[in-house]
Amino acid sequence: MKKSSMLDLLVLVVRRDLVLAMRRRADVLTTLIFFVMVVSLFPLGVGPEMGMLRKMAPGVLWVAALLASMLSLGRLFSADYIDGTLEQMMLAPQSLSMLVLGKMVAHWMVSGLPLVLMAPVLGLQFDMSVQALVVLIFGLLLGTPILSMVGAIGAALTLGLRGGGVLLSLLVLPLCIPVLIFGTGAVEAASTAMSVSPHLSLLGALLLLALVFTPWVTAQALRISME
Amino acid sequence: MKLAINWFKYSAPSTFYGLAGKVIPWFAISSAILFAAGLYIGFFVAPTDMQQSEAYRIIFIHVPASILSMFIYLIMAGYAALGLIFNTRLSSMMASALAPTGALFALISLWTGALWGKPMWGAWWVWDARLTSELILLFLYLGYIALHASIDDPRRADRASAVLAIIGSVNVPIIYFSVKWWNTLHQGATIKFTGTSMHVAMQQAMFTVLAACWLYAIAVSLARVRSIILERERNTQWVSELPEAKL
Repeated sequence: MKKSSMLDLLVLVVRRDLVLAMRRRADVLTTLIFFVMVVSLFPLGVGPEMGMLRKMAPGVLWVAALLASMLSLGRLFSADYIDGTLEQMMLAPQSLSMLVLGKMVAHWMVSGLPLVLMAPVLGLQFDMSVQALVVLIFGLLLGTPILSMVGAIGAALTLGLRGGGVLLSLLVLPLCIPVLIFGTGAVEAASTAMSVSPHLSLLGALLLLALVFTPWVTAQALRISME
Repeated sequence: MKLAINWFKYSAPSTFYGLAGKVIPWFAISSAILFAAGLYIGFFVAPTDMQQSEAYRIIFIHVPASILSMFIYLIMAGYAALGLIFNTRLSSMMASALAPTGALFALISLWTGALWGKPMWGAWWVWDARLTSELILLFLYLGYIALHASIDDPRRADRASAVLAIIGSVNVPIIYFSVKWWNTLHQGATIKFTGTSMHVAMQQAMFTVLAACWLYAIAVSLARVRSIILERERNTQWVSELPEAKL
């Protein structure tokens, strides 16, 4: 009974945030357009030589995904903070960690998933092989939720601060480096015909670790910020 | 039992302020003496290295700075955790007092490493595992300082940056290993010193400078924590009664 009510809560929060996001579609689209633009700038910046682009593609896509997810993190809690919803959520008898997890999932579905779906198209622009693309998608599927979850801690810590956006990137980007390394490492391994499973397994391990710890840490950070 | 009481006595900022003031000169003076001795041994006693000629002498500052930059982060996170868990004011103040010194050592370590790398590797910077993780450590310090500085309420600043410091300390091993696995190809470039292959005078110079850096870090952080205590407790009775506050 209790278990199902926790799950209901999660679904409720995810649905609520998704509905809110759908009502403001421009926010979702700007993140996606930012991602596409950043990726498209690289061939213009370094020149259109295909061999080099193919080599750079995983790194460029991953860094762009990292930056794009930073862009939308500021909004994760701020709207609820401003209109007082967040305070009500903290007063609610349900577990704050669960509510936070719901918000993380919704954030990923709004800002991470579109990037994952968009990545193959951009990968083709960089002349990536099909095999490398498949690995890239798997890596992004495992990695982007970690970015949302680790980012949520930063968003909670910088809630309501002046200059929060830049500060947030300063805090979160160093923490996301392992995700970047394993994500690009997997694609590199695929293109040199080595086993990709160690990289993807490590990404999966990081995802599970993040899934267990980050909701609780974010809840604590929110309590500190809301005092 | 008596010892335990003494420890708690100095966990109050008002008593610690006086104690820190008394011990700072000792740490500072012994640090200066050891710096002079270590640098003397390093520059005049230690022999010239066969492979690296004179340029190797930069390790006498590079290695101590690197060790301390990592160690101070752990101590800082430890103090931050103490402050967060037991709500002790002084622990949080110590954590924020240690951060600039740690960042300074990380910067010195990177800078001297670059100066050494140019003649040795032919490049100022190599994306080697150690270099990259040291750089990320510097970023973590800067993030901690920036977060602390941008929150006006000192209590919230302490607690929020404590959470960040703890996450950072958990993440540092992950970052270190991820970077190491990512760049296994470049590992051969790192020239490793083992205790046995090192000349005795070199060892002496390095450990003397290490001790000097250590004492310097203690002296400077205590001086900084005294300033923080004065700033935070400026409206209290005991601060207004201090001789230096009456001037």
